[in-house]
Amino acid sequence: MLRLSKVNKYYRVGTHSLHVLRDLDIDVADGEFVAIMGSSGSGKSTLLNILGILDDYDSGEYWLGDTLIRSLSESKAAHYRNRFIGFVFQSFNLLPFKTALENVALPLYYQGVTRRKRNVIAGEYLERVGLRDWADHTPAEMSGGQKQRVAIARALIGKPRLILADEPTGALDSETSQQIMSLLREIHETGITMLVVTHDPEVAARTDRLIRLKDGKVVDPNETAEAAASHPNLPVAVPERSLTAPAIPATAVAAEGRRRSMDEP
Amino acid sequence: MFSLDRWQEVFDTLRRNKLRTVLTAISVAWGILVMVVLLGLGRGLDNGLRFNFRREASNSIWMSAAKTSIPFQGYDVGRHLTFENRDFERAKAVAGVDHISGQYFIKGGQFGGGEMTIRHGVKANTFGVNAVHPDAIYLGATEMVAGRFLDAPDVALKRKSAVIGKPVARFLFGDDDPIGQWVDVASVPFQVVGVFGDEGGEEQERQIYIPVTTAQLAFNGSDRLGMLSITVGDADSVQAKAITKEIVAQLAERHQFSPDDPQAVRVHDNVEQYERFSKLFWIISFFVVIIGLGTLAAGVVGVSNIMMIAVKERTKEIGVRKALGATPWSIVMMITQEAVFLTGLAGLLGLSAGVGFLSLLDAANVSEFVKDPGIDLRVGIAATLGLIFAGALAGYFPARAAARVNPIHALRDQ
Repeated sequence: MLRLSKVNKYYRVGTHSLHVLRDLDIDVADGEFVAIMGSSGSGKSTLLNILGILDDYDSGEYWLGDTLIRSLSESKAAHYRNRFIGFVFQSFNLLPFKTALENVALPLYYQGVTRRKRNVIAGEYLERVGLRDWADHTPAEMSGGQKQRVAIARALIGKPRLILADEPTGALDSETSQQIMSLLREIHETGITMLVVTHDPEVAARTDRLIRLKDGKVVDPNETAEAAASHPNLPVAVPERSLTAPAIPATAVAAEGRRRSMDEP
Repeated sequence: MFSLDRWQEVFDTLRRNKLRTVLTAISVAWGILVMVVLLGLGRGLDNGLRFNFRREASNSIWMSAAKTSIPFQGYDVGRHLTFENRDFERAKAVAGVDHISGQYFIKGGQFGGGEMTIRHGVKANTFGVNAVHPDAIYLGATEMVAGRFLDAPDVALKRKSAVIGKPVARFLFGDDDPIGQWVDVASVPFQVVGVFGDEGGEEQERQIYIPVTTAQLAFNGSDRLGMLSITVGDADSVQAKAITKEIVAQLAERHQFSPDDPQAVRVHDNVEQYERFSKLFWIISFFVVIIGLGTLAAGVVGVSNIMMIAVKERTKEIGVRKALGATPWSIVMMITQEAVFLTGLAGLLGLSAGVGFLSLLDAANVSEFVKDPGIDLRVGIAATLGLIFAGALAGYFPARAAARVNPIHALRDQ
C-alpha cells in the first residue's frame, strides 16, 4: 500500500539544519491498521505531512500504491490528496459555516461532482456514521464526537485508499474516544488502510500494528500494539504544546526565512 | 471557470462577513460615485461653457466704433468714430481673417440696428434689424431652416433681400411659405429670401438680416459702418490679438486716432475669453479626474487590504480545503472571484448612484455654468471594465497569498 524507503527530511534553521527523519523505512500493507507513536520531536508530525502529501522530503522514496510521491506540483499533490487520502484531524477542521452535509460533500466538490449528486452521496456517508438527522446542523451545534464523525464521513467520501488520522481522539473524552475508535475499526474492516498518529496507548492498542518513532527513526518495528499497551514502562504521553525544545520546527523555518529575506538588500 | 458552486461559495463568504462586505462595498461604491460625479461635473462645466458662448462663434472678434480717449494729432478726446466701407475692404485683406462682416447701425448708436417696424399686409411688429455682409452667418449660431442667407450679389447689387428669423416668419406669415414674399422694413419693401433659426434662443431669432449696402442706401447710411466682426479660424488668442491689433492699427491710421487708445475701438474678443475659460475648465476637469481616480484607487486598495485580512482570517479554512484536494488555482479563483464580484457590484451601485445624482443636479439646474452634466456610455463601459480589472487586481495578491497557505501550519494552528 505505502512504502517509505530511506526517507530523509531536514528543516533548515539558520545556518544549521535539523535532521528530522533519518533514513526512515516504513512498509504498510493494503488494509492494515497501524498506529504511529512517538514523543514530541520524534518526527511523527513530519512523517504524517509527508504521508499526506502536505510536505515534501529531501531524499529517499515514498510510494503510495504504484505512484512515486516526489516533488509533485501543487496541483498534482492536491489531486492525489483528493483521490488517495482521507484526513481526520484532532481538531476536526470542519468548516464552521457549512452544514454537516456540506462539510462531508466538500472533497467531492473538488472532484467536480455536481451539487445534487454530492449531496446525495454525502447523505449516505452521514448515514454510515449515524448522523443522518444532523445533516443540516453546523459544527457549532454538534458535540466533539459528532464533529469527529462528520470529519470521518468527509474523509471517506472520496473513496480514499488510505486514511490518515492525526490524534483523532485527542480532543475527546474517553468514552467518545472509544466510540470513534470503534468507528475507525469498522471502517478499517471494509478494507481501507488506516494510519493513526497518537499519543494515547489505548488508541494504539486498538490498532493492529504499532510503529514507534524516536529521533526520526523507527524504534522497533516488531513490537505489537498490544505489547505497547500492556508494557508498564511506556514513555509518558506528553502534551505536545508544553514542550519547547525542537517542537514544530517548520514554523521556525518559516519565521527565519521571512526574517532573512527582509534583511537581504 | 465561473461555476455555480463557486458562486455559492462566494455568496456564503460574503454573507458570513456582512459588516466587512458592506464596508468594502461602500468604499468602492463611494470611489466610483465620486469619480462619476466629478467626471459628470467636468462635462457639465464644459457644456456650460459652450452654452454660454452659444450666441457668438467662439472664434469671433467684434470691433465697434466708439469714442477716443487719447488726444491725437491735434484732435481732442471724446471724438465719436465711425467706420466706412473701405475699412471693411482693408480689414478683409488682413492675413488670418477667416470671415468678416461689417454692420451699419441704421438707428445709430453702438449696439445693433435696434428695433424697427416690420410689416406684411395687416400684420406689423417691431423686430431687430441687422444690416450686414453675407459672412455674418458665420459669426453667430445662425442656421438656415429655409431659403438662403444673404449672398455677395445681394450686397454688390444692393438688392432688397431679407432673411428673417423663425418667430418673425411665424408672426407675419403664419403657416404660409414666406420665401419670395415681401415685407416692409420701415416702409421700404424687402423680399424674403430665407428663414433662420438660432441656437442662441428666441431673442436671437426675433431678428431680420438685410444687405448692408441696401440699408446704407435706403436708410441714409452713406458708406458708414458701426462695427466690424471677424472670425479667425483656428487662431489661438495670441494670433487673434495680433490680427485685432493690425485691424485696429489700420483704422487708427485712417481715422486719425491713437492706435494705443483703449477706448476708440471697443473690442469684444471671444477667442481670448473662450480660451481663458477653456483653460480654467480644463484645469478643473484635470483635477477632477485626478481626484476621482485617486478616490477610486483608494477604494481598490481598500478592497485588496480587506481581502488580505480575510485571507489571514481564513487561513485555516484554506488549509482544510487544500488538505481535501483544493488546487492552488481553485483557491486563487475563489478569492479573486469574490473580490471581482464585490468590486463590480459595489462599483455598479456607485455608478448608478453617481448617474442618479448627476440627473438630479441637472434637474435642479444649480448654475448656468453647469449644463447637462453626465457621463457618456463609453465612459460608463470603460469604468465598468476598469472596475472588474481593479477587482481582479485587488483579489489577485491576497489570493496568491491564500494559495500559498501551508496546510500543515494552518491545520496545526489551533
